[in-house]
Amino acid sequence: MGIGLAFIIVLGLILFAYIGTDILGLNSLFAIVIPYAAVVVFVIGFIRRVIKWGKSPVPFRIPTTAGQQFSLPWIKYSKIDNPSTGFGVALRMFFEIFFFRSLFRNTKAEIMNGKLFVGSNKWLWIGALAFHYSFLIILIRHLRFFMLQTPWCISVIDSIDSFWQIGLPMIYMTDIIIGAALLYLLGRRIFNPQVKYISLPSDYFPLFLIIGIIATGVLMRYFAKVDVTAIKELTLGLAYLKPTVPEGIGSLFYIHLFLVSVLFAYFPFSKLMHMGGVFLSPTRNLANNNRMERHVNPWDYPVKHRHYEEYEDEFRDKMKKAGIPVEKE
Amino acid sequence: MYDGWKIILGLAVFVVIVTLPFTMSVGKDYVKPEPKIDTPEIQKMEKKQCIESKQYMRETHIKLLYSWKDYATREGKRVYIASDGKQYNVSLQNTCMKCHSNKEKFCDECHNYVNVKPYCWDCHIEPKVGGLK
Repeated sequence: MGIGLAFIIVLGLILFAYIGTDILGLNSLFAIVIPYAAVVVFVIGFIRRVIKWGKSPVPFRIPTTAGQQFSLPWIKYSKIDNPSTGFGVALRMFFEIFFFRSLFRNTKAEIMNGKLFVGSNKWLWIGALAFHYSFLIILIRHLRFFMLQTPWCISVIDSIDSFWQIGLPMIYMTDIIIGAALLYLLGRRIFNPQVKYISLPSDYFPLFLIIGIIATGVLMRYFAKVDVTAIKELTLGLAYLKPTVPEGIGSLFYIHLFLVSVLFAYFPFSKLMHMGGVFLSPTRNLANNNRMERHVNPWDYPVKHRHYEEYEDEFRDKMKKAGIPVEKE
Repeated sequence: MYDGWKIILGLAVFVVIVTLPFTMSVGKDYVKPEPKIDTPEIQKMEKKQCIESKQYMRETHIKLLYSWKDYATREGKRVYIASDGKQYNVSLQNTCMKCHSNKEKFCDECHNYVNVKPYCWDCHIEPKVGGLK
């Protein structure tokens, strides 16, 4: 059911953009109002979400680690998987953010001939890495539409991406890789019973949405063909805060732009916030120094306590009478 | 907030990166590309019309040229029949560039604008600056 719902919503969005531009002709709504609104919702929603997370108290270090912690100097400890210093944490975060180290350690358990076997399973890691890096490169490539002079570094990325010079316009490697990665990520939710069982509409929806974005983008570039110069006038107008709606842009582009706007607006309210959340994971970004530093819980009730001397001062006479030994006479 | 300054620093970096396309354009002029068609060949024409309609050429000239390459070099077909029935010689240099002899004012105007670098001139002889040969 979840998958059907997500699919129908994305189809509805596509249809909405098509009807809005092709039939009703509300081009300026889809070209100007919705993209700006989406960016504003994205930035403000993102900041609010992160600040909300930032306000949660983190009084203790939460070591969920995959290595020997630092104890005695002659016991070898795991510097990256169980860091005790800020530098180690920085390394762990680096590997987490750039290489998805947690996914790399993914394992798969299976019962074969009545015995339990646990083995490494790298497919999810490879799929996730391929998807995220392709998406990043595609995003960076798109900056050529938002800057008048495309910086040389973006041109270099562009030419590396189209390195094979297949066809004209030349095929981007990332377009193929992201398509394959998305189909894999969707496929594991459909064909893997365990993953299917825990999948919700909010898991399928971003997948279908991004598949829709990639599909419309690929269609525009390689098959349907659009007036790129007019599109750049539109996108550059958005970036220059002087929005215009040039003539001669088909609804395929508006569908693409609308789906991207939906992705941006949906971002802060969804699981996609793992983009910001990965930086705020307490199990990843805190050094395991519980044995070296005292972390005081701010919620501790201020316990009223009394030293033995005060107690003895108060009851000394009674203690003496009862024959209880006292420290001070 | 625990580690508040780190979180706020991270958010500041995020905002700077996201708004980069907007902030980079502050104080710059918004320029539109204006491909020129004021070459002598085009001025001689009564009806200033390319081999297909203007919108079709704007969108699809890349596909057209790509298929022309295959027609001419692989299939030996040298005649293109346009949608209005007219016949044209399949040749970049003798058909396209005959009228559009101002490469840097016509081709490059949009290609530079959208940052595409077609590899036409890897094989073809690039027309000299100034137009006419």
